[in-house]
Parts: sequence; structure tokens; C-alpha cells
Amino acid sequence: MAEPFLSIQHVRKSFGATTVVEDFNLDVAPGEFVSFLGPSGCGKTTVLRMVAGFEEPSAGKIVVGGKDITRLKPNQRNVGMVFQAYALFPNLTVAQNIGFGLKVAGMSKAAIDSRVAEMLDIIKLPQMADRYPYQLSGGQQQRIALARAIAPKPKLLLLDEPLSALDAKVRVSLREEIRSIQKKLDITTIFVTHDQEEALSISDRIAVMYGGKAEQVGTPFEIYNRPATKFVANFVGTLNVLEGKVTDAASGKVQVNSQEVSLKGKLNGSKSGDTLSLALRPEAISLGRQPGHDASLSGEIAEVHFLGSVIRVRVGIGGNTVSLDTFNNSTTPPPVVGDKADISFSSGDMLVLH
Amino acid sequence: MTDLSLSNQAIAGKTAPPADARSRRLPTQWFGVAPFFIFAVMFLILPTLYLMLGAFQNDASEFTLANIVGIFDPPNLSIYLQCQGASWLSWTPGNCQLPTILAAYWISIKVSLASALIGAFSGLAIAIAIVRGGLPEWIRSATLTFSGVASNFAGVPLAFAFLATLGRLGLATVILNTVLGFNLYAHGFNILSFWGLTLTYVYFQIPLMVVIITPAIDGLKKEWGEAAATLGATTAQYWRMVVIPVIWPSFLGTVILLFANAFGAIATAYALTGSSLNIIPIVLYAQIRGDVLHNAHLGYAIAFGMILITGLANVFYIWFRTRSERWLK
Amino acid sequence: MKSGRFWAWVVFALGAAYFFIPLIATVEFSMRMRRGAYSFDAYQIVLGDARFQATFMYSVVAALFTIILGVLIVVPAAYWIRLRLPQLRPIVEFITLLPLVIPAIVIVFGYIRMYGSNSPLPFLANDTATNALLVIGYATLSLPYMYRAVDTGLRTIDVRTLTEAAQILGAGWSTIITRVILPNVLIAVLSGAFLTFAIVIGEFTMASLLNRPAFGPYLQNIGANRAYEPAALAIIAFAITWGCMSLIQILSRFAPKSANRPN
Repeated sequence: MAEPFLSIQHVRKSFGATTVVEDFNLDVAPGEFVSFLGPSGCGKTTVLRMVAGFEEPSAGKIVVGGKDITRLKPNQRNVGMVFQAYALFPNLTVAQNIGFGLKVAGMSKAAIDSRVAEMLDIIKLPQMADRYPYQLSGGQQQRIALARAIAPKPKLLLLDEPLSALDAKVRVSLREEIRSIQKKLDITTIFVTHDQEEALSISDRIAVMYGGKAEQVGTPFEIYNRPATKFVANFVGTLNVLEGKVTDAASGKVQVNSQEVSLKGKLNGSKSGDTLSLALRPEAISLGRQPGHDASLSGEIAEVHFLGSVIRVRVGIGGNTVSLDTFNNSTTPPPVVGDKADISFSSGDMLVLH
Repeated sequence: MTDLSLSNQAIAGKTAPPADARSRRLPTQWFGVAPFFIFAVMFLILPTLYLMLGAFQNDASEFTLANIVGIFDPPNLSIYLQCQGASWLSWTPGNCQLPTILAAYWISIKVSLASALIGAFSGLAIAIAIVRGGLPEWIRSATLTFSGVASNFAGVPLAFAFLATLGRLGLATVILNTVLGFNLYAHGFNILSFWGLTLTYVYFQIPLMVVIITPAIDGLKKEWGEAAATLGATTAQYWRMVVIPVIWPSFLGTVILLFANAFGAIATAYALTGSSLNIIPIVLYAQIRGDVLHNAHLGYAIAFGMILITGLANVFYIWFRTRSERWLK
Repeated sequence: MKSGRFWAWVVFALGAAYFFIPLIATVEFSMRMRRGAYSFDAYQIVLGDARFQATFMYSVVAALFTIILGVLIVVPAAYWIRLRLPQLRPIVEFITLLPLVIPAIVIVFGYIRMYGSNSPLPFLANDTATNALLVIGYATLSLPYMYRAVDTGLRTIDVRTLTEAAQILGAGWSTIITRVILPNVLIAVLSGAFLTFAIVIGEFTMASLLNRPAFGPYLQNIGANRAYEPAALAIIAFAITWGCMSLIQILSRFAPKSANRPN
């Protein structure tokens, strides 16, 4: 990475005896969009609030553009922030809300007006300038909040679960809009979410957090396909976990429910006789033997859920159950519960979890 | 086709009975609310209308504005006011001023307004302190509980408590005199006066303000302050541009409610000052007991004026309230 | 932030001083009756006074009747409006606000003029009828509080759904009211009842103008004629108000939480 724009170094935060964030490190490049993804209580919001200045780190420092801002007050940091609950000022119109940061900065009225008009165009709500927040839908309010946050041209944009309060449909369209505005303005952004789909779809990189630590930082592709820890594998996407026993460490042979699978060289260090957790994404598994799939297991169809375009099938293999998805095909009836079935996959897709 | 029409008939046949049941149930519905409306009309609306109409009638039940004019007529009260004998309506005992009905209204308005404003600002400060001041949680709940009690602690006992505190022999008076050498009464204070009564009313006005305004302060979201901070605003700017405008309608609305609350009160004043402070409810009280104005219809006019003042106050209250609720939805 | 907390403490301390000094002073004053020593003489005299006992009991009974009357008027109305006549809500809310707008002295003035001995409904003709009129007046005064308490209670339990659920299960109206609605709004009704009690027990204006031997006029009379007893009475009255409010607080802990509402 070139010179990082935002650098969070060895940051710790404890409230009394409880440590919420421990030794958090992250460098963010200029114009990069980084998501903090994790369950509630993982410390992602606390890190964001420390960057914003609402919480003071117990240790470590935060550098923006080469300047240490760890001890600066929030109103001296020049960051823009969008909150889950919109947090628009209820007594001000849309235009006054967007112009708030400009007004307190002492800009002239003409300059404020033109910047507000520009912002309203960017968020595609130019006709809303004189409305009050209570007259707007949640999606509109959040777009105004975004415009308000970026109007004073902040160095950093912080988004604290901005989509969580919205309907599913608005959520998808707004996240695409956020991403395109962010790209257009080339503004360095941190996005906090507990929704993996959100994080995967709009981020340059994702920091998956758990228990106050970053479990893994990487691109969405890396996070999904090469999860570094069991937590990341489980938290991001759906995962089938099979218990296996190493029978021949040298050639990479593992036994799952007394069926042998060969995992060429992926055992990194396990000895014969060790028990392993093996993980497979549903989309990596096919029903029946498929060309290109070098491993297979036999089992019995346990459940069939018809979901429309996709049919989700659960196959019992001994004590394990494996979920897989097949596309609906109008000429082929879905599998029948109780039938014997083989599943196949590429051994390269199998993850060994530690 | 036949099938369709058949099912239409079936549907029509099915909807008919509930419609019948509905019309049969209608009287029952009104049965539930009837006691309420009969009660309200007989014991709230009609008696009030009776007085309001009476204010515009003379003894012969003819329309007149004489009673309303009478309110503005100074001699009306002085007719029965023997300066020496009936010192009870004058400002302080022995004072030979001759107050008028208008003056009584004016004192009432002043006491109500002063106690409402003092109560409102103090109550607001307390509400902000317990909600936003970073005080321990138990202080908040204790304050709210106490406010619930104190806002209902009015009337005669409240007057007794203040006589025991700030009366000539009251604890505060005595301690100020013996410990600090400050003689309240020598400096013009009197519990039986405008400020004495105002200070006493404040005892239920502040808690009422706390009870009403605390939800409004709670409604100030923490995120607003944080959003303002990230946008570069100082605390002072945030207060000036957001907090005060947001609180203003509920604040003003509550001031008006406190005003009306004090304006109609009589027991505290009557027990505290006897009859030495001439507020309008006490004048009306005396009129009802003994027709001191020698004109029943003038009494109606006084009542009408009181309703007019508190009614106007409440119209404003409701108006401000709707404004603030609209924002804080 | 630090200075903010300091000012919060200052405000709180000033407020606490204003509210506690009169209470302390009253307690102190009430115990000063015996020369040179603190004693409970004033309380003994007050509690032993036959007129105290008589007027207090009178007001307690009046309060109980007021509560019963208030419940009978308010609960069915609030319930039916929630359930079937929501279009009446604004009117009813307006009416229940009126007693806050119209001073008590005006209301009772209207009663005296309208229901005098020569009127078609001579409430002032005999004692029993006048007692009834006092209870009616008190019910009017407590209308805003009673209605609000009951309406809030009904809102949190979502009467409409509960009633429909009971109807589907085959319950009749009497079963619905007694087994479903009343138990669920009982806490709210009791809260309203205690508040009514606190308001009514020391009420002066109406009782005095209707010439009833109630506790409020007795208090006023003692205040005009005695020195130490009024302070003792003030403490007793404060304790009663405190007791009513504490009961409301305790009750609110048992109130049904609005679990069946999505928001």
C-alpha cells in the first residue's frame, strides 16, 4: 500500500475492567472504502467512535493524513459521520441540515446555497430542499444525512450502520448509491455493519471483527473464499462444517464418516489421527458426480426447500448435514427426501478450519 | 359464468347478516360512551355555559354587556370594602388602598406568570441536569418520583409548610436572622405578599415542569449532538441552532400550562395569606360565599374572564404542543 | 464534560435545598409545640381531635366514591372509543382536558347556580344530594388524570386485538370485560385511583363552597386558628400524597409491558 491516509495504530479501549477493543491496527489508503464487519459487541462501533473522537482510546494513536488526531475534539477533526437513526436536526429544513456544517464554518450564504444545491443533486433529491425531516421517508432522510456529512468536504467519512433502520429494498439501492457517491468524490470511508452481504458488496476491504480484535482484514473475495479463522468462515456466508479424521497426513487423506477424501497438501501440519473441521460453501457442492469435481461423498437427501430460482437441498452424511443449492430446472423434478444421493466438490474448495 | 354468479350470490348472502348485527349493535356502542357524555354535559359543559351566558345577562335574563363592563369598573369592589373593617382584600393589613376587580385579575396574572416562569426555568435546569448532566441514574429516578409527589402537593398543606419555613417564626427566617444576622422581614419580605405567594407556588410549579419537560429533554437524541460535533459545531452553536429551537415549543407550551395551573388555584393562597392578597379566585370565592359584589351576574362575568384567560392559555398550549410533537415524531 | 457535571450537581443541590428546606422546617415547626423540647404533641392533638377524624373519614369516603364514579364513567368510554368509536377520540380528549382549563372554583360556582334548591335538579336541597354533588365535582376534577391513566393502560395492551382474540375463542362480552380487559387495565385504573385520592383528600375549594365537612376546609380552619398543628397536618398530608405516588410507582412495575406491539 502507498502512504496510508488513515492509520489506526495499536488502539485499545477499555471501560472500567472490560476491554472492548484490544490492539486494533489498520491502515486505510486514500479513497479506500473499508468495512468493519462483526456481530454486535465486537468493538466495531467503538473503533469508529474513536476515529470520530467520541471515545478516547485507552492506548494507541489515530493518524489522519500524517497528523495525529488522537486527542483532538470531534469538532476539530473534519470527519463526516452518518448515524443509524439518521440524526437529522428536526427543526431545520433539508437545505438547512445539509448546510449546517458550512454555516458553523462561517461560509457565506451564497456559497452555502450553491454547495447545498450541489449536494441535493448528488443525492438526487433536488426538490426536497424546503421539506422538514419528519416529512421524508427513512431512505430519503438517510440520503440527506449523507449529504450533510459530505457537504463540508470532510477528510474521512464514517458510516455507522447507516442502512440498518431501512427496508430491505431501500437498503440495497441506497448502499449502491453510497458506494457510487463515495467513488465519485474519492472520499476515504469507514463503514460499520453487521450485515455480511452489505460489507461484501460495497467494500474495497473488510475488517472482520470479533471480541475487540480484527480477525481478518482483506478484500471481500479473500474474506469469503479464504477465511483465515473459523469465526470468519462461520460469520461470512453459509458454511457446511464436516468433522473429519486424518488417516494419512503424508498424502493428505481424510476420512469423513468412513468415506475417504483426498485433500492434496492442505493439511498444513496435521498428523495422522488428528480430528479436523472441514468447511465447504453450499455453492461449491453439486448433487451427483460432476466433471471437474475430484472428491465425493455419499449420503441421503434429508430436506428439500423449494425457494423459487434455487432449490436448497440438505444431504445427511452420517452425523453431518450438508446444505447445497441447485438451480431450479422446469424439466427436472426436485430431489425426493429419503433418496440416496452423492455429492461432489473440488477438493481445492474445501477449507480446513483451525 | 353460472358458477361466478352463484358465488356472487353466496357472498351477498353471507355479508348480509353481519350488516344486520352491526345495526343491532349500534345502540350498545353508544351505551358504552353514554355515561361519559351525559356526565360531561351535565357537570362540566352546562354549568360552565350557564355562567358564561349569565355573564351576558341581567337579572331579567336580558342580554347585556354591563357585567363585562363592570369588571373594568373600579368602584365595584370598593362598594363593600370598608377600608378599616375589611382589610382582608387589601394588599397588606391596614393598607387603605381600594383594589378593583381589574387589579385582582392583574395580581393573579402577575403571580401566575412569575411562578410559571420561575418554575419553568428552574424545572428546565433540573430536567437538563438529571437527563444530560452525567449524574448517577438513581438521582434521575429519585427526582422524577419526588416531582410526581411535589407537583400534587398543593393546596392548604403547602401553605402551612411555607408558613413554617418563611413565616415570621419559620425555620428559615429564624436561622437567617440568628446565624447570618439577616432579617428577612426587616428587608421587606413577607410570606403574605406577592413574592411570598409566588415562591410558594413555585413549589408545585417546578416539579410539574420537571415531569412534563423531562420527556422532551429525553427526546433530544445524543446523535444530534454528535452529528453537530462532527460537522464542526461547538457546544454553544449546537445549543443555539438545534437544542433551543427544538425545546422551545414544549418549553413555552409548558409555561402556559403552569400559568393556567396557578391562575385557577385558590386553596394555597387562601390558607397562606388569608385574604390579604387579592387574587381573582379569592374575589370570586368571596362573591360566591357572600355575594360581596351585590350582583350575581358580576360574579358570572368574573368567572367568564377566568375561563377566557385559562382557555386562551390552553389554546396556545395545544398549539405549541402540536408543533413540538410534529418535530419530535 | 467535567464542568457540565459540576453544574448539574450545583443545579441538583439547589433544587434539593429548595424542596427539602420547607419539609425540614415544617417537621421542625410541628415538633416545637412543647416549650424547650421537641415533641410529637402537635401530632397527638391533631390525631386525637374528633373533628380531624370525622373530616378525614368524610374525605376518604368521598374519595372512594369519586374513584368508583370515575371508573364507571371513564373505563367503558375509553374502552369503546379504542375499540369501536375512534372517531370520537378527539372530542373525548378535548372534554377530559376541560377540567384543567376551567378552574375548580368556576365549576363549583356553576353547580351552585344551576343545581340550587329551586332548580329542576336540586342537588343543594339536602345533605345527601350535596354530598353526591361533591363527589361529582371531584370526579370532574380527576377526569383528566383518570382518563389518561386508563387510556394509556388500554393502549399498551392493544384492546382491539385482545378483544378479537377473545371473541374468536368464543368469549361473550361479560367474559371479555371481566376476564380479559379489566385484569389488564387494573393497574392503570388503580394508578388513576391513587392519583384521584391524592387530589381529592385535601381538596378545599369545592368542599368549602358546598359547605361539606371535609378535610380541606378543616385544614384551612386549623390553619387560621392554631400555630403548631397546621405544620403537623402539612406533614401528614405530604405523607399521604407520598404514599399515593409510591403506590403508583410500585404498581407501574406490575403493569403489562407492551410486548405485543411491534414498536
